Amino acid sequence: MKKYLSFFRIRFINGLQYRAAAYAGVATQFAWGFMEILLFRAFYRDNPYSFPMEFSQLVSYVWLQQAFLALYMLWFYDNEIFMTIISGNAAYELARPMDLYNMWFTKNLAVRLSRAALRCMPILLVAVFLPEPYGISPPVSLFGFFMFAVSMVLALCCLVALSMLVYISAFYTLSPWGIRIVAAVLTEFLTGAIIPLPFFPEKILKILSLTPFASIQDLPLRIYSGNIAGREMLWRILIQIIWTVVLVLTGRLWMAKALKKVVVQGG
Amino acid sequence: MIELINVSKTFKVSRRNAGLKEAFTSLFRRNYTYIQALRNVSFRINDGEMVGYIGPNGAGKSTTIKIMSGILYPDSGECIIDGLVPYKHRREHVRNIGVVFGQRSQLWWDVPVIDSFELLRDIYDVDEHVYRRNLEELIELLDLKEIIRTPARQLSLGQRMRCEIAASFLHNPRILFLDEPTIGLDAVSKLAVRDFIRKMNQEKKTTVILTTHDMQDIEALTERILLIGRGQILLDGSISELKTRNSRMKKITLQYDKGQFSLSDGISLVSQVNGQAVFQVDTSVISVREAIEQLSKNADIKDLSVTGASIDEIVVSLYEELKL
Repeated sequence: MKKYLSFFRIRFINGLQYRAAAYAGVATQFAWGFMEILLFRAFYRDNPYSFPMEFSQLVSYVWLQQAFLALYMLWFYDNEIFMTIISGNAAYELARPMDLYNMWFTKNLAVRLSRAALRCMPILLVAVFLPEPYGISPPVSLFGFFMFAVSMVLALCCLVALSMLVYISAFYTLSPWGIRIVAAVLTEFLTGAIIPLPFFPEKILKILSLTPFASIQDLPLRIYSGNIAGREMLWRILIQIIWTVVLVLTGRLWMAKALKKVVVQGG
Repeated sequence: MIELINVSKTFKVSRRNAGLKEAFTSLFRRNYTYIQALRNVSFRINDGEMVGYIGPNGAGKSTTIKIMSGILYPDSGECIIDGLVPYKHRREHVRNIGVVFGQRSQLWWDVPVIDSFELLRDIYDVDEHVYRRNLEELIELLDLKEIIRTPARQLSLGQRMRCEIAASFLHNPRILFLDEPTIGLDAVSKLAVRDFIRKMNQEKKTTVILTTHDMQDIEALTERILLIGRGQILLDGSISELKTRNSRMKKITLQYDKGQFSLSDGISLVSQVNGQAVFQVDTSVISVREAIEQLSKNADIKDLSVTGASIDEIVVSLYEELKL
């Protein structure tokens, strides 16, 4: 365990060095968040009752989404892992007494958390002090906040397990761009990064909530604002746990298979 | 002990000719060729040995190293190292080995080298006490004191390679695989690296397997060489054996003031410039002593040296002989 922790540490420290990228990210996220909120504001003005979420819930959803973007966007890939596979540096990683899946999983967690650590604070701070109704609302209850935190962690693991599948595919394709982009666009849409999931047609939403995509950012963000609570929340968290386990197991099996035929590139 | 028995490995390589039409066709139908990187390679290396693994590019050196370090699965054959099969018991096996791939880096690019070392300490579960001792020793032997506090990206190639080698020694490996450790290094760094490897082999009895194209490395370090070509072991023996096999030819280099050289059978002039002449002597025709007598008859010789063929020349002639 200690080895994975120190691995996490060095990757985390490494990630904290990219401050300029973080400032640029914060600026982008502010702009995007404001635009989205203003756009929805226009719709809500027309008829506030025809929407599946209250406006304040939506605003919290959007700000939290922007603050923790680095945690839940599939396209925040760790390029180092792709490069490791393509250039054949995986040779060194395989020469270590570590499980490669766990090592890369840890690496991903560290990269995402370090990026989020740099980005979330300014966004959250500003969003808390924004005037009604544009600011983030306080959590509905202590229990709700606790479940939000639990679900955040599960969502991160679920997403990382999903992204591991994209990394492993690079062993086979060697040019990961195709799968990277398709997977990124698809998950961005299906996880509610473009339009929050409650705004999807009901039937589609029902199916979608059984998929791993709804178990990523949508769930914790809706738990925070109280949009999902009670038994439904527990049920959805169970689904989240099941998907995380399934994705991790799939990834591990697939990686074991990939490593048997792996060709370490470049002599 | 390292033992390989009839290890074979084939790679599938896609090939196509140049051109748009060819590129288009290959979208639908690819031509693959199979390259046999290793065919029935067998050898045995005892504990504490230092072995040079040589052969032309593409001969299968790196493939063998990767199989021995648990990274690649062979198609057939067996590889057993200290009772473990590297690719089956990868994690147990790699605990006991160190690897340096000269063309790759195991250091974290953006952080000081010491951070990478500490990570390796944790990865290999090295006891803090042992780690401190090893680190101090490595710092002294490889002269790393200032270097290890610098990020890897700001090191020169020679400095980085010294760190790479130190990195592979932190956990006291019993076996060290060095894949072209001196590639691209200048003379000073090469000497430092060689000294260090020799010392580790002698003092810690580390088994060292070294692939290189630098014959001076081989000469300076190893007693035994394995020559591989086209995936097969062609020669397994000591350097002196190899040299005696090819020792018929001697080279005499002379510095002279003035005079004429009279050649006789078995002596041929290789070059003669600026008061320096090089002769090749075939010792099956004329002994070295006779040749020197002959050459010094009419010339005023200031300096003289007799050398055998260099290992480089021997290897080139071996490649030719074995048609690699």
